[in-house]
Amino acid sequence: MTKQDVFSTATDDTVQYVTVVIGGQLFGLPISQVHDVFMPETVTRVPLAAREVAGVLNLRGRIVTAIDMRKRLHLEPREMGQMMAVGIEHKGESYGLVIDSVGEVLTLSADTREANPTNLDKRWAEIAGGVHRLEGKLMVILDVERLLGSMIEPMAA
Amino acid sequence: MDDLLSEFLTETNESLDVVDVELVKFEQEPNNATILDNIFRLVHTIKGTCGFLGLPRLEALAHAAETLMGKFRDGSPVTPEAVSLILNSIDRIKEILSELEAAGGAEPEGSDDDLISELERMSLSAEAGSGEDEAEGEEAADDHAEGELVYQVLERPLRPGEVSLDDLEKAFQETEAEVELPDTADGEDDHDDQPGEILTGAEAADADADGKKPTVEKKKQNKSGKSGSVSNQTIRVSVETLEHLMTMVSELVLTRNQLLEIVRRHEDSEFKVPLQRLSNVTAELQEGVMKTRMQPIGNAWQKLPRIVRDLSQELEKPIELEMVGADTELDRQVLELIKDPLTHMVRNSADHGLEMPADRRAAGKSDKGTITLSAYHEGGHIIIEVRDNGRGLDVDKIKAKAVSNGLASEAELEKMTDQQIHRFIFHAGFSTAAQVTSVSGRGVGMDVVRNNIELIGGSVDLRSVPGKGTSFIIKIPLTLAIVSTLIVEASGDRFAIPQLSVVELVRVQTNSEHKIERIKDTPVLRLRNKLLPLVHLSHLLGISEEPVDDNAIEQDNGFIVVMQVGSQTFGVVVDGVFHTEEIVVKPMSTMLRNLTMFSGNTILGDGSVIMIIDPNGVASAMASHASSAVAEENATEQADLLQEAIDGQATISMLLFRAGSPEPKAVPLSLVTRLEEFEVSKIERSNGRDLVQYRGALMPLVYVDPGHTHRAEGTQPMLVFSDSGRSMGLVVDEIVDIVEDRMNIEVGSERAGILGSAVIKERATEIIDLGYYLPQAFDDWFMRKEMESSALTKKVLLVDDSAFFRNMLTPVLKAAGYDVTACGSAQAAFEQLENGDTFNAIVSDIEMPEINGFELCEALRRDQRFRQMPILALSAVVTPASIERGRQAGFDDYVAKFDRPGLIAALKDVFSGELGIAA
Repeated sequence: MTKQDVFSTATDDTVQYVTVVIGGQLFGLPISQVHDVFMPETVTRVPLAAREVAGVLNLRGRIVTAIDMRKRLHLEPREMGQMMAVGIEHKGESYGLVIDSVGEVLTLSADTREANPTNLDKRWAEIAGGVHRLEGKLMVILDVERLLGSMIEPMAA
Repeated sequence: MDDLLSEFLTETNESLDVVDVELVKFEQEPNNATILDNIFRLVHTIKGTCGFLGLPRLEALAHAAETLMGKFRDGSPVTPEAVSLILNSIDRIKEILSELEAAGGAEPEGSDDDLISELERMSLSAEAGSGEDEAEGEEAADDHAEGELVYQVLERPLRPGEVSLDDLEKAFQETEAEVELPDTADGEDDHDDQPGEILTGAEAADADADGKKPTVEKKKQNKSGKSGSVSNQTIRVSVETLEHLMTMVSELVLTRNQLLEIVRRHEDSEFKVPLQRLSNVTAELQEGVMKTRMQPIGNAWQKLPRIVRDLSQELEKPIELEMVGADTELDRQVLELIKDPLTHMVRNSADHGLEMPADRRAAGKSDKGTITLSAYHEGGHIIIEVRDNGRGLDVDKIKAKAVSNGLASEAELEKMTDQQIHRFIFHAGFSTAAQVTSVSGRGVGMDVVRNNIELIGGSVDLRSVPGKGTSFIIKIPLTLAIVSTLIVEASGDRFAIPQLSVVELVRVQTNSEHKIERIKDTPVLRLRNKLLPLVHLSHLLGISEEPVDDNAIEQDNGFIVVMQVGSQTFGVVVDGVFHTEEIVVKPMSTMLRNLTMFSGNTILGDGSVIMIIDPNGVASAMASHASSAVAEENATEQADLLQEAIDGQATISMLLFRAGSPEPKAVPLSLVTRLEEFEVSKIERSNGRDLVQYRGALMPLVYVDPGHTHRAEGTQPMLVFSDSGRSMGLVVDEIVDIVEDRMNIEVGSERAGILGSAVIKERATEIIDLGYYLPQAFDDWFMRKEMESSALTKKVLLVDDSAFFRNMLTPVLKAAGYDVTACGSAQAAFEQLENGDTFNAIVSDIEMPEINGFELCEALRRDQRFRQMPILALSAVVTPASIERGRQAGFDDYVAKFDRPGLIAALKDVFSGELGIAA
């Protein structure tokens, strides 16, 4: 699958992204970090937790902490309806990112990748790992490490 | 070799622990040959194994220790020094072993010559006493040299004092199956396994094992015939395997619960019977696996006799350690976690609890102090008690320490019971030991103990009787893995509360005997003649749907879960209670671990996730909840005070009336005794003034305007002012209104009888100066002189117990340009001053109940802050003696009560720095 292009520069390895839509914006998660995609049912809310924490849920016998990505990105809350979640692992623990919908898997080369625009909303910039220029739209790369790290560290104190 | 080594390490460590205990026993009973043989055998085993595994350093040390013990066995007297030395050697062996383990099998560098030479010296001196025996022993050893497989393998000559296999055999045969120790099985294992291992090793290393070896083994087995069958049935299983098994069983329990939930929904399911069976089997399996994790608590106590012995020597107090219920079993994980706290508590009891022998004798107790450790089961918990028969806790010392650490004020301590005061020792940094010893007193003790115990869902309490001793009671759950919980509902969400901390459930209904009452805004419940503080779970968790509604709790026909955490008992109000469920605690994700209110989460039978309430979190939230409420309250009061300070004065009630002229006039309502209307015909004239008969006395009438007269007919309204049995009627045309407003006299008045003008009800109103009118009724009431107004805006505190004079003088001083705060007693004055309000001067009445003016002044002068503050005395009694008394008390000036111009002048003098007696 990995197509080696000898003529291109060394940095232009291709990365596969699972695309998701959150509040109309296209985001991409490196496929290696996505464990599964599921529909969260019966989410138990966790009182006193950070506002982005949607709650905890049972995913095949594992307890998953669900994070409401709309809240995390300071977007309007989602209208009632079906929601989707992307399951990821972080330091041996399971998290679910609650998103609007899941799109296709894209294989993108570093050519179209750019750093975060300097005028990007700070709250977005801290969890975005760059932007890919796609045809007709832009895809923001979600940096899972930073996303979860930023939520765990300030609470560790 | 690795497997062998790890096996060796485990076994040797166990053996060493046993040796520790045995040696302490041996010291007390030097003539007990059984104990000695036991020790001897264990040390010998260690030595042998070391030799076999090629650990020369260990071997040499063990050998030297063994030699000395051999001497004891041969009848040399046992001295405490010798025992200490052997114990030290054993400690060294342990050190080497732990390094060995860390290094993965390589013996650490270093020399034990110090200990070995000491041991040898001791052996030699012992030898002097029993030289012959020694010589024989040596010979015997030489005789059997070829029988010592170990040394053959290592090709080393037998050393002096080394023990022959015959001796060893003899020891084995003489040894009864151990009875006293909880870990007899381990000991048995050791000496059963040991020869087998040597044999295996021998086969691998050198097939030239002579016939001695198997004989030993055979004999040994014969000897331990009856107990051997038991020990042969035990196998070592790694803890990991057990943990895994436990996890799997936990999952099985969860799945079973899920199935049961499904079947519950389908009443007539054919699954019902087999599921019931599955359920029972699961329960049994769970119990069985739990049992594998169970270990006697004696394992955690193993090191204690040794520690107590060492302490006893170090502190020079004889201490006896009694252990009761060592075979009480509890979960291995819990056992590990309480080991350290227990050790600490025993050390603590030995150091702080027990007195020196001299003190004990003086108190009529035996020299030897006793520390008793006991363990027993009680309703799903295990109770461990560490009790000493020492001096008990010193309440005064704790109090002093609590004050100096700022944990509580003297006043708070006064209200506390001794039990509450005792609990201070669980605070961080709290140590009452006057000096730091190597044993304790560093102040990092009991709080750590408490934290560790609370961490595993336990609690620690203490009881202390002065002179009789102290006992610490630890209550811990049997296991941490599976918890029985109560599933409750609050604001539509379900939560699990560990039953361990649930004392009872109370159903509340507004019309039942249990109903929620409130003190201010704090809900409480009357429960068996006690008041139980309550908190609604939804409020605690901040999930109540409606904004905190005070009535919500009151109207609530819910349940109260009465919980106990430590000594704290409180009620948690929930909307509903479902059932109890055994749940497997799963740790929360790191993201949620900062929530102190939850200890974990789990998956319920119906597949949903539920949060587990942490009783400790709730308890501390209760405490901080209360204190934050108090803080808020304080903040509000402070804000009010601030507002008052800004506004200058709180509102007062004013009586508005008209008299003589159309402009409204006002007088503070509090000054007016009553409002009366008299028939004009009742007004009599006598001695050139108008009077009415009022309550059996003649009341003079006074007109606001000199030219003004009473009405010709009908009734005449008037304001009656009374003080000390005398009354005056102020004739008015019409009473307009009573209003609440601030009295800010904005324009001073030059007109007699009018203090000035203030805006009341948006109209300029004249404030009547009663001080002008009262003397008109009675000349001696007081005399009106010219009003002096001043531009000064100094803050003056007026202290007078008579409301009349307070209300009288306040406007007077205000009119003179002072910012006046009035208070009714010396106590109130102190409060005002303590509140941080600053005043430029104090004017105080002398004759006051409780604290009089002299006392007030004296008290203030004692305070650094008020030493320089001008204080004026105000009194109806003005005699040279009272003036002198006032001067002694520290008053700057002494003014007659009715001499208002004098007061104004005195204040003026005080502020301009010209002090003097103005009276």
